[in-house]
Amino acid sequence: MSANPQHTPYHPRWYRASMPIFWWMRRWIHARFILRELTSIFVAGYALVYLLQLRALGLGPEAYARFLDLLRSPLSISLHGVSLVFVIYHSITWFNLAPRALALRIGDRRVPDKVIAGLNFVAWISISAALAWVTLKG
Amino acid sequence: MAVDSLAGNAAVVAGGEMVTLEVFRYRPEEETEPVYQAYEVPVHKDWVVLDALNHIKDHLDGTLSFRWSCRMGVCGSCGMMVNGDATLTCATFVESLLPGPIRVGPLENFPVVRDLIIEMNDFMEKLESVKPWIIRDEEKSLEDGAYLQTPAQLADFKQFSMCINCLLCYAACPVYGLEPSFTGPAVIALAQRYNLDSRDQGAGERNAILNTDEGIWQCTLVGECSVVCPKDVDPAAAIQRYKVSSTLQWYQKLLMPWSGK
Amino acid sequence: MEMLSHDILIVGGGGAGLRAAIAVAEIDPSLNVAVVSKVYPMRSHTVSAEGGAAAVIGPDDSLDDHAYDTISGGDWLPDQDAVEAFVKEAPRELLQMEHWGCPWSRQPDGSVAVRSFGGMKIERTWFASDKTGFHMLHTLFQTSLKYDPIQRYDEWFVTKLLVDDGRCQGVVAIDLATGKVHGIRAKAVIVCTGGCGKVFPFTTNANIKNGDGMALAYRAGVPLKDMEFVQYHPTGLPFTGILITEATRSEGGHLLNKDGYRYLQDYDLGTPEPQPVLRSMELGPRDRLSQAFVKEQEKGRTLQGPYGDYVNLDIRHLGEKIINSKLPFVRELCLKYENIDPVKELIPVRPVVHYMMGGIHTDILGATPLEGLFAAGEVACVSINGANRLGSNSLTELLVFGARVGRAAAEYASRQKGNGAAVAAQAAEEVERIERQYLSGGGKGDKMVDIRQGMHAAMESGAGIYRSKASLQKSAQEISNLQDRIPGIRLDDSSQTFNTELVAAIELSYMLDVAEAIIASASQRTESRGSHQRTDYPDRDDNDFLAHSLAVRKPGAAPTIEYLPVTITRWPPGERVYGR
Repeated sequence: MSANPQHTPYHPRWYRASMPIFWWMRRWIHARFILRELTSIFVAGYALVYLLQLRALGLGPEAYARFLDLLRSPLSISLHGVSLVFVIYHSITWFNLAPRALALRIGDRRVPDKVIAGLNFVAWISISAALAWVTLKG
Repeated sequence: MAVDSLAGNAAVVAGGEMVTLEVFRYRPEEETEPVYQAYEVPVHKDWVVLDALNHIKDHLDGTLSFRWSCRMGVCGSCGMMVNGDATLTCATFVESLLPGPIRVGPLENFPVVRDLIIEMNDFMEKLESVKPWIIRDEEKSLEDGAYLQTPAQLADFKQFSMCINCLLCYAACPVYGLEPSFTGPAVIALAQRYNLDSRDQGAGERNAILNTDEGIWQCTLVGECSVVCPKDVDPAAAIQRYKVSSTLQWYQKLLMPWSGK
Repeated sequence: MEMLSHDILIVGGGGAGLRAAIAVAEIDPSLNVAVVSKVYPMRSHTVSAEGGAAAVIGPDDSLDDHAYDTISGGDWLPDQDAVEAFVKEAPRELLQMEHWGCPWSRQPDGSVAVRSFGGMKIERTWFASDKTGFHMLHTLFQTSLKYDPIQRYDEWFVTKLLVDDGRCQGVVAIDLATGKVHGIRAKAVIVCTGGCGKVFPFTTNANIKNGDGMALAYRAGVPLKDMEFVQYHPTGLPFTGILITEATRSEGGHLLNKDGYRYLQDYDLGTPEPQPVLRSMELGPRDRLSQAFVKEQEKGRTLQGPYGDYVNLDIRHLGEKIINSKLPFVRELCLKYENIDPVKELIPVRPVVHYMMGGIHTDILGATPLEGLFAAGEVACVSINGANRLGSNSLTELLVFGARVGRAAAEYASRQKGNGAAVAAQAAEEVERIERQYLSGGGKGDKMVDIRQGMHAAMESGAGIYRSKASLQKSAQEISNLQDRIPGIRLDDSSQTFNTELVAAIELSYMLDVAEAIIASASQRTESRGSHQRTDYPDRDDNDFLAHSLAVRKPGAAPTIEYLPVTITRWPPGERVYGR
């Protein structure tokens, strides 16, 4: 237990700087972090499109055809292009962070960070390749 | 360690190259807003920023106030912002920052008491709140000897026990800056240090404090805490691993409510 | 004025102070115990200790062996009853640290690992990699948080012990953040403020080690014991005092003078061999190496740098690979804090003050002759270290005697009733003195740095590795002159908020008082023993000086020195054989 005065957020004699709105512009690492957070919107966007696609499928062949037409529009294609870049950025930064969250041990030895991140990338690429193969074959 | 005042003498004699230090000044009796004050300081190959501050204190301006003690990176007193980076001033060479000017300020995200001295009782209270001591259901008596702990079990938590409480990680954490209620990197890493210690059984008690909005879930994994850490503690990893383990526990409880705590 | 009040007040939040606080809280939770520290406890200098803590653990070891190593290492000046108590309680204390979570390094089977250490014949040094003091301090601090009766005053600086009716009854302290000066009453006061390395110019000690507690007790009339015994380490970096471990020399590092010559061969320390030889040349005993440096300096064969004379430690021939694998911490320290790469460059080194064997005179329980005042750790002299401390005994000492002093003070405090009325008046007077002396701006304009440098020069030249009657007399005069200049110090800073200049001024006055005691004790001891080497009396003299010196302050004059015989139980004085 401490006999020190209880900490208070405000004290008349202390100087407290407030964080500016654009605090994340001052440092590259912060800007990169905000960028990663923003890419989540595109990940969510992908999920939304997928849900809409399922819904269209449920509404019948006509609705589904209309949906596919919509997807083929130049606007949709360019949005998808941009999203792809962001989602890839999101995935790469995410997998790079995986070793932070995971401390695996085999016997007495820690699995090196690079191996953990590498396994994530391998899994990502092979699952994507398998899906692509199934989709494109059909 | 001891930087002797003779250092000041040597500087005066040596003359030679000078560099400007722009130092954050805030004296609550005199000013309501901080100002930066410029000082001319000699450059020496073996001088760190802290040596330059001591030169100012001894020879130029006795009113400049800052904390320091060991000058070998283990007491954790002398963390400051140097050119915008949170750093230990005893481990930052003036030579590496030439030609200057070198801007020295107090650690960000903390209230400033005076000049380069920040208010850190908030941190001290948070430190105590996570019960950073060995918690046992049943204490082993000293007569029964030491707990066995293999080098591998030691390695599980050793990294998280290296924290010197220098607070650089709090200064680098925008989450703490925006939300001072956040428990913060060093304290969560310390809680993990005990959770992962094979001798400890207090993870459940600590979970009640850490598995909260103010605890681990406020962290958005900026990762800067681990970048600035001078002791490679990697608090970001401590927090993420905590998130994973508490999520697994949550699922375990959901799926198997009969399984212990 | 309003007084704060506690049953037991501990001054200093390092290893000894925290161990004492926990001991009080465990023995009697109804006692209200507070720790006053001028820094947050985890900043205390215990944090810097690297090597380890000694206690008998192995089946091939014995308490008697540890006791004998300690006594012979201390050149038969340690009190043998204290040493016996120390070695007996040491294993239990280190085990207690293990139960509190200290990350001791381990053997493959999970049991605690021990290693060898200079002066210890058998491996008995427990260690937490190369950061033993750091881990012990943080473990103690974090463990202390679980005891509700322990309160803390962090960043409060003690300026005076309150003594009334022949009893120590509290302290006066400045709350640094607000500048307010408070009186704190206590039934018992325990001083655990550490050593005083900053009295000397070249030291491994941190900036906070100014002999505060020694001076506080000394001013209250308590004798300082064996103050002439100051331990040097032969290889510190001249500017920062950062310690370059013995391992650099046992791996094959060479000490070179300005001509690149391995000068140790001229001082009866063996002949140079390409490979390191135990007990020879660079692996000779610490004090002999430090002494050789002074001789070399007298011959003008050292190098001159901006911070004074030095010699070079050369490990370049070991190559980057060996340096990185065997001496990574040395390279890190040189690179990170001194901008030198030992793979390519010579390391400038010189002897640096490392540890104070002497301190506040206490009995085997930590009680001082002043009722109600206790002390433990480097600030105290029990004495187990005698004329020379063995490496890895001091971390154990602060645990064993921290716990002992906590128990003794608890027992004493529970017998005491209230405080005398005079205490509050004394406290008020002290508040007024600080205001008048330091903050009223009446100084004649002496700069603190000048006085500090004067003190350093006087101690280095007159009371350093070698002393003589003439050198000590000269230094005594210089220190006395500097003491007279203290009231005339000019402070730039009159602020109430975190006035570090005020703290430094009071610390300087403490250091000068401690310096006075060191010099007076060294002057009277006309023999050479352990770390105390007199050029005019080169031999040990057991007839007259198998005794502890006790320096008692006489305001305005040199202290008087009395002697107390050494307690001998089972080990009669013998020859001190180096390097075992």
